Amino acid sequence: MANEKGSRSLWALGWKRLRKDHIGFVSLWMVAAFVLLALAGALGLVASGWRNEVAKPYAPPTLLKSLGPKHVQLTAENIDAANKASEQANGQPSTGTSLTADEDPLAGDLAEASKNEGQYQEAATQKAETLPMGADLRGRDVLQKVLKGTSTSMLVGLMGSLAAIVLGTIMGGFGGYFGQKIDDLLMWFYSVFTSVPDMLLLLAFSAVLRRGISTVILVMALTSWTGTFRLMRAEFLKHKSREYVKAADAIGASHLRRMFVHILPNVSYLLLVQFSILTVALIKYEVILSFLGFGVSVTQISWGSMLAEAPAELIQGYWWQMACVTLFMSILVTAFSMLTDSLRDALDPKVK
Amino acid sequence: MSEPLVSIQNLRVAFRMEDGEPFEAIKGISFDIPKNRTVALVGESGSGKSVTSMAILRLLPSNAEFGAESKILFEGKDLLQEDPHALRKVRGGNIAMIFQEPMTSLNPVFTVGDQIMETLMLHMGMGRRAARQKAISLLTECGLPEPERRVDRYPHELSGGQQQRVMIAMAIACEPKLLIADEPTTALDVTIQKQILKLVADLQKARGMSVLFITHDLDVVGEFAHEAVVMREGEIREHSEIRKIFESPQDNYTKALIKCRPHLGRRPQRLAVIDDFMQGTPYKEPPHRPRGYSHGDEIILDVQGLHKTFFSREGLFGKRAFDAVKDVSFKLAKGKTLGIVGESGSGKTTVGLTLMRLHEATAGKAFFNGKDILSMTPKEFKAYKRRIQIVFQNPYASLNPRFTVQDILTEPMMLHGIGSGAQERRRLAADLADRVGLSSNALSKYPHEFSGGQRQRIAIARCLTMKPDILICDESVSALDVSVQAQVLNLLQDLQDEFRLSYLFISHDLSVVKHISDQVMVMHEGVLVEQADSDVIYANPQHDYTRELLASIPRGWPRDSFNAEGALAEA
Repeated sequence: MANEKGSRSLWALGWKRLRKDHIGFVSLWMVAAFVLLALAGALGLVASGWRNEVAKPYAPPTLLKSLGPKHVQLTAENIDAANKASEQANGQPSTGTSLTADEDPLAGDLAEASKNEGQYQEAATQKAETLPMGADLRGRDVLQKVLKGTSTSMLVGLMGSLAAIVLGTIMGGFGGYFGQKIDDLLMWFYSVFTSVPDMLLLLAFSAVLRRGISTVILVMALTSWTGTFRLMRAEFLKHKSREYVKAADAIGASHLRRMFVHILPNVSYLLLVQFSILTVALIKYEVILSFLGFGVSVTQISWGSMLAEAPAELIQGYWWQMACVTLFMSILVTAFSMLTDSLRDALDPKVK
Repeated sequence: MSEPLVSIQNLRVAFRMEDGEPFEAIKGISFDIPKNRTVALVGESGSGKSVTSMAILRLLPSNAEFGAESKILFEGKDLLQEDPHALRKVRGGNIAMIFQEPMTSLNPVFTVGDQIMETLMLHMGMGRRAARQKAISLLTECGLPEPERRVDRYPHELSGGQQQRVMIAMAIACEPKLLIADEPTTALDVTIQKQILKLVADLQKARGMSVLFITHDLDVVGEFAHEAVVMREGEIREHSEIRKIFESPQDNYTKALIKCRPHLGRRPQRLAVIDDFMQGTPYKEPPHRPRGYSHGDEIILDVQGLHKTFFSREGLFGKRAFDAVKDVSFKLAKGKTLGIVGESGSGKTTVGLTLMRLHEATAGKAFFNGKDILSMTPKEFKAYKRRIQIVFQNPYASLNPRFTVQDILTEPMMLHGIGSGAQERRRLAADLADRVGLSSNALSKYPHEFSGGQRQRIAIARCLTMKPDILICDESVSALDVSVQAQVLNLLQDLQDEFRLSYLFISHDLSVVKHISDQVMVMHEGVLVEQADSDVIYANPQHDYTRELLASIPRGWPRDSFNAEGALAEA
């Protein structure tokens, strides 16, 4: 590497350190795989057919066939057979279908309906008995749902934290760099925001705004800029009195240039770490919001809205949807947290 | 001679670096520390002197490895083979250490008395009351004024010199046989430095202990060390009596170290650098340079009644005023150097920063080519901004670590519209890098890949890109090793000769100021106490404070300065 350009930036050195950290490097690949998956999902390359009802309701996972519900096809013969069985058991005729044609008000309609039946018959799709990860109430493929859900959750997490970081950095930068009145104002604003519990704020915002992915992102950004703001304010405060910034002042660099060309690159490693911490937190928040019904709209799918279906399913013993979501979420969140840890170790200039 | 206290035999220390490669810091050195003697360990950064002292205490980081035959015998026992428990006893009791930064070596949440008493109670098994009495007597011995009162003070309530006295009191509390002093005076002002040096020398005699004194500056130890070990790049270059080191140094490197330090009695055209000696040809000192203002000098900067007051918040609404600079007036001539000396807190740096308008002046005028730059609007000042530039003290902090050298050098040109395009700016940057002695491939590198001296060259080159008239050097060479300092001073001199730059040279180091300045002004607590041509002020100081400062300069070997004065008389 050294003889390519003869020189290595601090980023390059950080990258080198990260590569030597095995856990961090594996986490990086896993996170990258998730990002690719999310991208593919967003572009419709993967799991575009998650809405299709391809299996029987609650079809079990392929490996665990015996766990699914016993499906009974409801036809007229079935009902009659059931009636006969109950007649025999009771020893008296059932009153159910023994009406004469004159007495039954529906008889005419039914006769017509059965005459026209052939005309409405559509090619019955064969519903699958089992799926790799099972199916939900409406027979949708859980695997497809979870892949599409990954895409939504990642999108919300990444975009939400990106927006929060931008918001926090700009406000923190101005507050820390200029100080005085601007700082007082921003700090007051910050205090007001942090005095309200996070969850309450999230719920309040989402209750007011229209439901949908973009709303969730906006809500996330509006509620989670505070940590970044505090961090960046402190960093800008610290760096503005450093000699290299004074030197930039001496050569005539403007305030904005000093803030964003000189100081920002020197604190950007903190932003990267902050970004990954926030993404994990926001993915979890999104799950909570959607679970409570304040998240993505009913026509969209996310991990949270999948988990919202779990209580009803669990009562009946159909656990695979919840298990599948939990598995995906745990892997992503753990990998992301590990990566964050390694990033902090690799990029902190103090370690050098 | 009796058995030495410490005997270091064939010491090798290697550090395993980040990429797994071992880096040999100490390459098989051997020397003894005799009983009741002071041994100075002299060397520049990277020479391995601190590593050696840390090795004696076994305080090296975990990636350090000792060589197989290395031995450090303390009273016959090999410290490298001792178990941690035995080592702890040696560290607290028999060997004590004082460090460069007293502020960071003392625990800020305990009183200084508690910290000394802790040592006494742990190692000497004393009770609280006895320990307190002992602590007070130790502080008295170390010359801390009002020890009964100060024993209950917290470290931040004491000055730097007083903190160092507390550190020394703590170190000698358990009557160590060896005191290791790692640059204990480098962070202190010259007057305080002199007091601390005297204290260490007195304690050594009174207690009959051995002292290992680590320093980068030979002059500091000349007056009281018995012998000196000169180290370079992990090897011992010379080890002999201090007298011999100064009077008849054998090794070329030692000779160079002595010569490259600016001296009060000499002012060669060019300072000697290490390379002058290492090539094997005998070194011949260039002729002396006359200094001083003359009548025909064109005055480029005329400062009148400069005043700067800082306000600090006190209580809820209160403000407290602090006058950092009080009514200072001076003139700077074109192509000449005005030195500003003073101790920390004297306001010398504030003068520089105020002239650059990095601080807003409270009162006063500064005429630059006849125009008052202090009363200009920021817009008007922009045109003048590039003509006054500053080189900061710390070369590690003054360059943006995320910029390449090329970015650093082209940025000011871009901001001031110098050069017609990126192409030409790059060419100008390359020329300047070459002019300050950086290699041609330096442009694509980042600051962290350079040494301190090279970084200072980059900082100087950055100023030169704007073709300034005045360069303010704020302690610009203070953080550098003596040999590197000589190179940078030579560079500054060459640039002054070539571009007729005027320097405002701010430093606490009186020898350096004497070397480079035409006129010197002495500042004390914000007040300008004395100002005159440098030869005049050093030969015949008028003010008491100036005399005190001059008396505190380490003289090196007394005989040496005597010779030099003789040489001056001849010249």
